Amino acid sequence: MRAVPGLAWLEIKLFLREPLTAVFVLVLPLVVLYVLNGVFGSQPDPSVWDGHSPVDFYTSAYVALVLATIGVLSLPVHLAGYREQGVLRRFQASSLQTSTLLGAHLLVAVVIGAAAALTLTGVSILGYDATTPHDILGVLGAFLLVSVAFASLGTLLGFTLPSARAAQGLGVLLFFVFLMLGGAGPPRELLPSAMLRLSDLTPLTYAARLLRAPWLGEAWDLTATTVMVGLLLTSTTLTTWRLRAG
Amino acid sequence: MTVAVRVEQLRKRYGHLRAVDGVSFEVAEGEIFGLLGPNGSGKTTTLECLQGLRHPDGGVLEVFGCDARTDPRGVRRLVGSQLQESALPDRIKVWEALRLFSTIDGNGQGWEGLLDEWGLSERRNAAFGDLSGGQRQRLFVALALVAEPRLVVLDEMTTGLDPAARRVAWDLVAAIRDRGATVLLVTHFMDEAARLCDRMAVLRSGQVVACGTQDQLLAAAQLRSVVRFTATAPADLGFLDHLDGVDEVIRAPQAPVIVSGQGPVLARVAHALVARGLEPADLRVELPGLEDAYLALTEDVEPTDADRR
Repeated sequence: MRAVPGLAWLEIKLFLREPLTAVFVLVLPLVVLYVLNGVFGSQPDPSVWDGHSPVDFYTSAYVALVLATIGVLSLPVHLAGYREQGVLRRFQASSLQTSTLLGAHLLVAVVIGAAAALTLTGVSILGYDATTPHDILGVLGAFLLVSVAFASLGTLLGFTLPSARAAQGLGVLLFFVFLMLGGAGPPRELLPSAMLRLSDLTPLTYAARLLRAPWLGEAWDLTATTVMVGLLLTSTTLTTWRLRAG
Repeated sequence: MTVAVRVEQLRKRYGHLRAVDGVSFEVAEGEIFGLLGPNGSGKTTTLECLQGLRHPDGGVLEVFGCDARTDPRGVRRLVGSQLQESALPDRIKVWEALRLFSTIDGNGQGWEGLLDEWGLSERRNAAFGDLSGGQRQRLFVALALVAEPRLVVLDEMTTGLDPAARRVAWDLVAAIRDRGATVLLVTHFMDEAARLCDRMAVLRSGQVVACGTQDQLLAAAQLRSVVRFTATAPADLGFLDHLDGVDEVIRAPQAPVIVSGQGPVLARVAHALVARGLEPADLRVELPGLEDAYLALTEDVEPTDADRR
């Protein structure tokens, strides 16, 4: 386990040298923030966004989107690539344990997620007058749960998908599904009923709700918590099973 | 003699396929030991079981007395390896890789020295993806050595290298042994095995068909030497048929005489000729090489895909 910090630091450097995922995680959400704020302005509309001002509603959704993107795109592409190229074999032949490798990647996911979340929040507050979080500890807790849950999903995908290309295809697809249906795109209230049902099946919907409640000083969202904990436990169990079987 | 590696009756099957079917061999400390065999003969599976990367179905596997089946982590601490089809992330830099593996495997010290020792100082900031084949091999060797292992495993390290880089790689293997490590080398280049290995085992279909020094493998293959010379009157050479060890004499008009057989054929033919006053100036012998022995030992086997990981 003493190798975790060194490996995590190296992985952060490798992440920043990988243009595609870095753009998806660090730059694209800022662009979406810029565009949607330009479109919707900052006036609350009682018919949509649960009555919140658009920027307040979207900031938490974008933070959730970034954490989900790390989970379903950067982590699986990275891990599947490691398997495909033989990096994982090289690590396994050394004294490095798989748990150390996973621990390091989890740490990286949380650190990169935190950096992206802070950037987004900063831009939202300074540039678009978003509300500062009401319950900082609550937001931190929600952030950690969402981050770890999506990272564990990403680990499962990374150890299951056949190749980095497959991981990239699925990851980009999920990114757009999340963006459109998970609360980071058009307001839920405007979605047709079929899409609304899809939206209810999208984990991002619950991740955004989980972050939004403490951010705006509302009651802790128990349904969203259950979904995120469920995602975390299911992914971890399946990953463990996958590693044992493999 | 300290036994570095002991493999006894190793068995591993993938479904119906017996990838390794009762392999046994021993490697003494300080040796360069070769594992030879066609694709699918079980070489890589044997190595992977030995390093605890696969669970064998049966048999004994020990590295310096440490049991690979019950203590794979203990074995990995003793072994440095360069694996077939393994790689590093493309964007990792040379120094980062060395430092990482020295923290994982060792005490985080000494990796700077390896940069110099393996001629990588000038490329220390280069990304792995930008290295040439030879530089990658040197980096892999340096990584295998970073924890001062007692056994170094090299799996087809020269596959894909150009001839000049292969010669350099051979020098690297010799240098590893000179540092005091035992080397287990998998290869299917016979010139490489002949040049480097003290002893070797030839695998075929998951079994050891021959094991020993180069001379012992040549003897085991029971290959024939071929002696040729020009004679003025080939018809008078009937006595050659009766020499010990001679299997066949070809006497065609207007062509050299060809005598083939086992054992010291050249000496016997020469003696018989000289005793009869014949002294052909072009008397010469073609001795079978390790490659001939290898092909003879492994022939008649359809390649299978058992060598996949």
